[in-house]
Amino acid sequence: MTDHDHHHHEHDHSELSETELRVRALETILTEKGYVDPPALDAIIQAYETKIGPHNGARVVAKAWSDPAFKRALLEDGTKAVGTLGHVSRVGDHLVVVENTPQRHNMVVCTLCSCYPWEMLGLPPVWYKAAPYRSRAVKDPRGVLADFDVSLPNETEIRVWDSTAETRFLVLPMRPAGTEGWSEQQLAELVTRDSMIGTGFPKIPGAPS
Amino acid sequence: MNGVHDMGGMDGFGKVEPEPNEPAFHAAWEGRVMAMVRAMGAAGAFNIDTSRYYREILPPDVYLSSSYYQKWLLGLEDMLIDKGYVSAGDVAAGHAAAPAKPLKHGKFTLDDVERIMVRGKFGREAQAPAKFKPGDRVRARNMHPATHTRLPRYVRGHVGVVELNLGCNVFPDSAAMEAGDNPQWLYTVVFDATELWGPDADPTVKVSVDAFEPYLEAV
Repeated sequence: MTDHDHHHHEHDHSELSETELRVRALETILTEKGYVDPPALDAIIQAYETKIGPHNGARVVAKAWSDPAFKRALLEDGTKAVGTLGHVSRVGDHLVVVENTPQRHNMVVCTLCSCYPWEMLGLPPVWYKAAPYRSRAVKDPRGVLADFDVSLPNETEIRVWDSTAETRFLVLPMRPAGTEGWSEQQLAELVTRDSMIGTGFPKIPGAPS
Repeated sequence: MNGVHDMGGMDGFGKVEPEPNEPAFHAAWEGRVMAMVRAMGAAGAFNIDTSRYYREILPPDVYLSSSYYQKWLLGLEDMLIDKGYVSAGDVAAGHAAAPAKPLKHGKFTLDDVERIMVRGKFGREAQAPAKFKPGDRVRARNMHPATHTRLPRYVRGHVGVVELNLGCNVFPDSAAMEAGDNPQWLYTVVFDATELWGPDADPTVKVSVDAFEPYLEAV
């Protein structure tokens, strides 16, 4: 390691520590005042690290691909339909599912902050919360899709949903060809997080992941 | 407020940079901040709209140069001090120096974790019939409130079509200022890109926002 690299590393480390110390101090204050129990904070973190993630949304999408009645119900009332699925039912009252078709591609953004269907997809990725996506998704969605190496036919309608209230939008991507007869579990493996935001497609069957 | 957080349509922020196999948190402190915000909100120290407002009123240079969870931390500290749950002396000492202020829902403990995994309910009983219905043409008002609002600048003054009636909901503009739920009808309103961005915009693009009734006028 050169001197320059070493210096750079230390610089990053001290910046991180400053924030880290501030966070620790705040947690100490909140704990000492009797506002929060640290094990309760641990449990919240653990839930988002282990239980709540895109696999929840993938299960919903795979079921919609397999079960036409469920798909109809999901598009009619996302909250109610997802509520019938047991452990992935915790979506609150405001889930709207929007379907991609050969004619129309849907894409979700929150230009004002970071609204995102946490219960379906987990915590949003950094890019979703950052200025480049938030600023450009509503003005140049094809350009944004190009940043994801996604390109659509010129005539495909693009519909951008800006999450400006408490409604949460989940994109139902198109089922990949070549998956006839697949089980819901197999199909769920193809459903990526980005395909449910509208910045990607599901995996292609048989392609290396 | 017309803050830097209202980013729709701004130029110059560069490419979107997806991170392969991104972890839930990039450092342990990020998780602590997220959990403290969720816990203190659930305990009744503030509502979700107030917490959004406190991030929006960070100075623009701070907003733009801070990471996501740094903004959450700064907003949380400011909010807890303003609402009297934490004192400046506590922060300076790094310990509880002043007495605690009772929380509306009491201490946040392990028993409360399950309930916050279910999203809050924002639907409220209607105070009046809905003024608009799907298919109606509406204009987003040319309004510039100095405090929290959820009507982004890029749609103001433009004409769109009501697509969905999402029911009567808590009005963030009121809730953020702790002025009550003030329930309002909420609609998905869809705009052509050419209406928003001019005749050279991509004619295949449509953009929708969820707009509360006070944001809209009939055309």
